[in-house]
Amino acid sequence: MNNFSTLVGGIAGDGINEAGLTVARLYSRLGYHIYMYYDYPSLIRGGHNFSLVRASRQKIAAHMDRIDVLVALNQETVEKHTGRLKDNSLVIYDADKVKLDDTKHKGFGLSITSILKEATAPAVMKNTCIIGGYCKVVGIDWSVLEDVLKKHMPKMLELNLQVARHGYDQAVELCRIDSSVDENDEKDKKHLPIITGNQAISLGLIKAGLMAYVAYPMTPSSSVLDFMARYAQDFGLKVIHPENEIAVMLMAQGFAYAGIKAAVGTSGGGFCLMTEGLSLAGMAEMPVVVVMAQRTGPSTGLPTYTAQGDLHFVLNAGQGEFPRFIVAPGDAEEAYYWSGVALNLAWKYQVPSFILTDKIVSESQYSFDQDRAGDPADERKEQDQQTPLLWDGRGLYNRYRYTDTGVSPLAFPPQKGQVIKVDSYTHDEGGITSEDPQITRETCDKRQRKGQSLAAYLEAYETVKVFGDEKSKNALLCWGSNKGVCLEAAQKLGLRVIHVLVLSPFPERKLRDALQGVERLLAVECNSTGQLARLAGSYGIKILAQDQILKYDGRPFSVEDLLGELGRAMA
Amino acid sequence: MNPKDLATTARNTWCPGCGNFSILSAMRSVLADLDSEGYPIENVVLISGIGCHAKIVDYMNVNSFYSIHGRTLPAASAIKIANPDLKVICFSGDGDSLAEGLDHLIFAAKRNIDITLILHDNRVYGLTTGQYTPTSPQGFKGKSTPAGSAEHPLNPPELMLVSGASYIARGYTHGIEQLQKLFKEAILHNGFSFVDVLQVCVSYNNLYESYNKWTYNVQGNDAASFDEAQKIIRSWNYDRSDVPIPLGKFYKIEAPRFDQAFAAYPPNLSERDGKIKALLESFI
Repeated sequence: MNNFSTLVGGIAGDGINEAGLTVARLYSRLGYHIYMYYDYPSLIRGGHNFSLVRASRQKIAAHMDRIDVLVALNQETVEKHTGRLKDNSLVIYDADKVKLDDTKHKGFGLSITSILKEATAPAVMKNTCIIGGYCKVVGIDWSVLEDVLKKHMPKMLELNLQVARHGYDQAVELCRIDSSVDENDEKDKKHLPIITGNQAISLGLIKAGLMAYVAYPMTPSSSVLDFMARYAQDFGLKVIHPENEIAVMLMAQGFAYAGIKAAVGTSGGGFCLMTEGLSLAGMAEMPVVVVMAQRTGPSTGLPTYTAQGDLHFVLNAGQGEFPRFIVAPGDAEEAYYWSGVALNLAWKYQVPSFILTDKIVSESQYSFDQDRAGDPADERKEQDQQTPLLWDGRGLYNRYRYTDTGVSPLAFPPQKGQVIKVDSYTHDEGGITSEDPQITRETCDKRQRKGQSLAAYLEAYETVKVFGDEKSKNALLCWGSNKGVCLEAAQKLGLRVIHVLVLSPFPERKLRDALQGVERLLAVECNSTGQLARLAGSYGIKILAQDQILKYDGRPFSVEDLLGELGRAMA
Repeated sequence: MNPKDLATTARNTWCPGCGNFSILSAMRSVLADLDSEGYPIENVVLISGIGCHAKIVDYMNVNSFYSIHGRTLPAASAIKIANPDLKVICFSGDGDSLAEGLDHLIFAAKRNIDITLILHDNRVYGLTTGQYTPTSPQGFKGKSTPAGSAEHPLNPPELMLVSGASYIARGYTHGIEQLQKLFKEAILHNGFSFVDVLQVCVSYNNLYESYNKWTYNVQGNDAASFDEAQKIIRSWNYDRSDVPIPLGKFYKIEAPRFDQAFAAYPPNLSERDGKIKALLESFI
């Protein structure tokens, strides 16, 4: 088995995300790589939720429409997803709630209500019960499920094990999932953790030395705040959830002024409120990291669905001109590594630094290999990697001293006999307000020099990645979460994939290098106007409208979606 | 330390007769005093918003964060949380803190974070040349309300009292000794301290005559009493100019501080790698 997809569906409150995660962990223990897409509407109870768990022998970061097993906790799940079934797909359902008219597909109905009643277990345990049945049907040994439940059931473990076992015993085996582990390969036996992109971002920031996190909750960024708050004590983080995103952005800069490395997180609407403070960070040269997780807009849009609609907003947010770093990781491993880099660069160049994600990268679950992700601190062994440029303590301190790189040495209060002045107005080297035309020009040049220094420093990084058939004359251009789906489609069709990781400073030269020999370039984006294509176009890399494959219905491309689109585009 | 040592080379651009000079002078004296009393000047951070008031940080050779309109308190809060040893003082205008940044003001009081906010309450927008503010009386004829403002003003000390501020006082820029006393008390107060300063704008809202006639110093009041503070504060509501205006310390209590909630967290940077590995292990 190379690829196996399971869809678990039910209503919000049924524990669909957790059930999907349990399935993911089962396959992880059998040596498979995992990707899980979680689809849910913006409500607390009711509505239709589903988890699409894909297990593969290869590293993956995309879902497939077609599924091998449908796990249905309610009738709606069957009705909505029957179309995904293949001839040999299986259906496992709650026979007390679901009527299956489908005679084509093999399935098994578990009498979940009766099992729970008999065990005097609460209704919330139905997901555990059906996963018990699932394991038997697909031939995953009880011991594997037992191991997962014992590790991850926070409460009422015994009762959960009991209802899972009843489900397992009642079901019959209809197929057998083989283990993917090569018993001779020690590395292969290592089970990988399964984490979301937001967890990877949190860990990457913490690894790079984050000391404070400030955020106002907004889907799909909220789970960064939840994670930071939950582990604040472990890592000595100061975590604050203040009155609004305006305060968030200003607090981050108060921390920066005092020498505390801080990050903030939000989605489009919250970022609108942050732009005032973002421009302050540009002028006052305050290092700040912004986790900006896109969702479908404009305005409230689709709160729990995805989009790549805010690239130009983030590129241009804030009045005035100032440099910024923007990276859009494509999966959890890139999210971990580049979040660390983003924090380091914010402090090295005293600029705002963005980790631009979307609902897919932020909330999907990925197999995560820390070694493979890499250590942002190991990339370049220079001493200054993790430490910003600090004042040497000699002479009179000037917060905005002019230098060749544009970067002024930092000092934090208290410094005896010195003053540290930062200013939102145009200011002189000492941080005192000035309206002088020469100082206005010089300080603008100083900020731009920082951007140039940052761009030069990034030459050592893989800011544009090439995957697939690197010799192919046909290439897909993508950014962010579309990396995974483009890679799979390209493998099937023999295409080159060019993934632009860093969007600012724009890696024009690296993109041109990646495009060597390309005759047909297709942009793949989750927006309606081709935002990366437009950005590349401003550097003279033209992509025609008919060569832009755009999806803007709030849902990510499935592998089949993209193959279909590519088939039409390249016909 | 001589207060003159706290001057900078920046050219002062306030109008002659501006009430801000009194606030500047009083604050320089207080900070110089405190420096000699064991509160070193390098441990002081001044934060200002935008407006005439905000220029004060350019005129003081002290650590400063010249912020944006309405946004003194969030920056100040993080500075205090980052380093509780710092004395963090915000200068803000009535438009700054009561219009653009009202949410931050209420939350700072609600949290009782150990910060001092000096409100340069001139009851007019000066830098934008004369519009009504949240403390202008009803009927105020400003450039944006030529027929007279239809709104009643806010009573800032009353708002602070109900929001949770633990030190509330009012001064007047014609009473520099009282300002010094109140500033010092506020800075040394353990919690969120709010000083409403009736600061006269000579160009757009010259209230010297009215304030000279109606202000008086409260004496013998029980500052620990919420009810008494409320009664004094409510005796003038900023709408009328024919009633006595109390000045002085209205309220002072001890209460738990937000910035203390973070003290127990050690940074643990060296242990992070191991903890990250352990955490990842838990996600298998």
